[in-house]
Amino acid sequence: MNLFDIMGPVMVGPSSSHTAGAVKIGYVARKLIGEPIVSAKINLYGSFLATGRGHGTHFAIVAGLLGMKTDDVRIPKSMEIAKAEGMQVSFGRADLEDGHPNSAELELVGAEGRKLTIVGESIGGSLINIAKIDGLDANFSGEYPTLIVHNLDQPGHVAEVTSMLAHKSVNIATMQLYRAKRGGNAVMVIECDQEVPKESIEWLNHLEGIEKVTYYSLL
Amino acid sequence: MSFARLKEITDISQEENILFWEVVLRDDMKERNVSREESFATMEGMLDAMESADNDYTPSLKSASGLAGGDGEKLEKCRQENGKLVGDFLAEVMEKAVKMGESNACMKRIVAMPTAGSCGVIPAVLLTYLNQKKVAREKIVEALYVAGGIGEVIATSASIAGAEGGCQAEIGSASAMAAGAIAYLEGGDNEAIVNACALALKNMLGLTCDPVAGLVEVPCIKRNVSGAVNAVVSSRIALSGIKSAIEPDEVIDSMRRIGRLMPACLRETGEDGLATTKSGLAIANKISKVL
Repeated sequence: MNLFDIMGPVMVGPSSSHTAGAVKIGYVARKLIGEPIVSAKINLYGSFLATGRGHGTHFAIVAGLLGMKTDDVRIPKSMEIAKAEGMQVSFGRADLEDGHPNSAELELVGAEGRKLTIVGESIGGSLINIAKIDGLDANFSGEYPTLIVHNLDQPGHVAEVTSMLAHKSVNIATMQLYRAKRGGNAVMVIECDQEVPKESIEWLNHLEGIEKVTYYSLL
Repeated sequence: MSFARLKEITDISQEENILFWEVVLRDDMKERNVSREESFATMEGMLDAMESADNDYTPSLKSASGLAGGDGEKLEKCRQENGKLVGDFLAEVMEKAVKMGESNACMKRIVAMPTAGSCGVIPAVLLTYLNQKKVAREKIVEALYVAGGIGEVIATSASIAGAEGGCQAEIGSASAMAAGAIAYLEGGDNEAIVNACALALKNMLGLTCDPVAGLVEVPCIKRNVSGAVNAVVSSRIALSGIKSAIEPDEVIDSMRRIGRLMPACLRETGEDGLATTKSGLAIANKISKVL
């Protein structure tokens, strides 16, 4: 937390968790999918589900999915803008086990056909946590450039990724590893102090055993 | 973030012979690795954003629930017709506080200072001061650093989240921050600043967060008015030389403890208090049909 977390942020109201945090969840999802979204199924949970309408949570998530930030005055008009830009939006109820009280599950399809499902949590103030990506644990904040690598649980993939980062002079701020089961699907979530070059991400995509690379850039 | 006690700020101020606000500015430069100009420009940006939010108030707007909107215009009319009872300064403070709270409920752009629910308190006081006392804008920016230093201490040693500490943590914190800021603008020294902060916070201790239907509308919007007026009143008490009998840092400590003792049903869950009164439930029921 710094001085301007208290003296700000400038945001569209009414709630830092239910409005600004919700915009951020949508925004990070838009960055992660990396292309315009043509279809968004938005499933709400807990307090988002119970009080979301009154807090503009629905508009806020859609605004984020359109690439708007938390201070964008077009947020209340996001449904109309989504319609004009050809984004199909529907809302439902998320069935999460032990979800955070302010959670949303987003099932997204991009214009190039890329699919992405994330679970985002608004954890207080306007801070968020991306809890899951495509069903696997993720847990990152969206405050850093973040590299998410889905791979087979085999020896060597962590070394491939981290030596690439070292070679590109990218410092790792935090790193997490998860796997569904031994030898099954695994995921690395790496928050970085610098941006990861685009060509390095493409290079990773072509490695054997690496199934999907998703990157969240602050740029 | 570095400050956990008001005394840390006033000690540095004394040792290095610099003003309270300057201590906070220098700390921000170090913390975020920015120049003096960059820090000052960011804070001035907050003042700009508060001014645009105040100017953009739209009396005809209603919030999605239909509960909020239009009251700022009523207070404006009241001030024009009869401002005598509270004087023109407080009348404008009250009007601006309601307007900002309503703008927030109506999904307009505001500055969450320290939170969205309490966004009316600091601008109500500082924009009125700027408008009526004709001080230089830089002075108001300096006063925002004073408010920010107080806010940092409260956030570190107690809380600024209603879900953690009840409304005392939101409107209470904003009021304490604003009180210190006016004390500075009115020529008060460090003693006056921290005592204004303490006196304001003491009046807000124990305030619960029990919003109707869980929305940032009832009682939040009008509570911004009380927080703003309380800030002006408390700073005046401090400026007269009256001191808080309880050490300012100890008032903040007690706010933390009171917040911890507060049951969850009174911390932004809408499960008791005003939210579950007959009227509160009737409103919530009506809203659930609209939304």
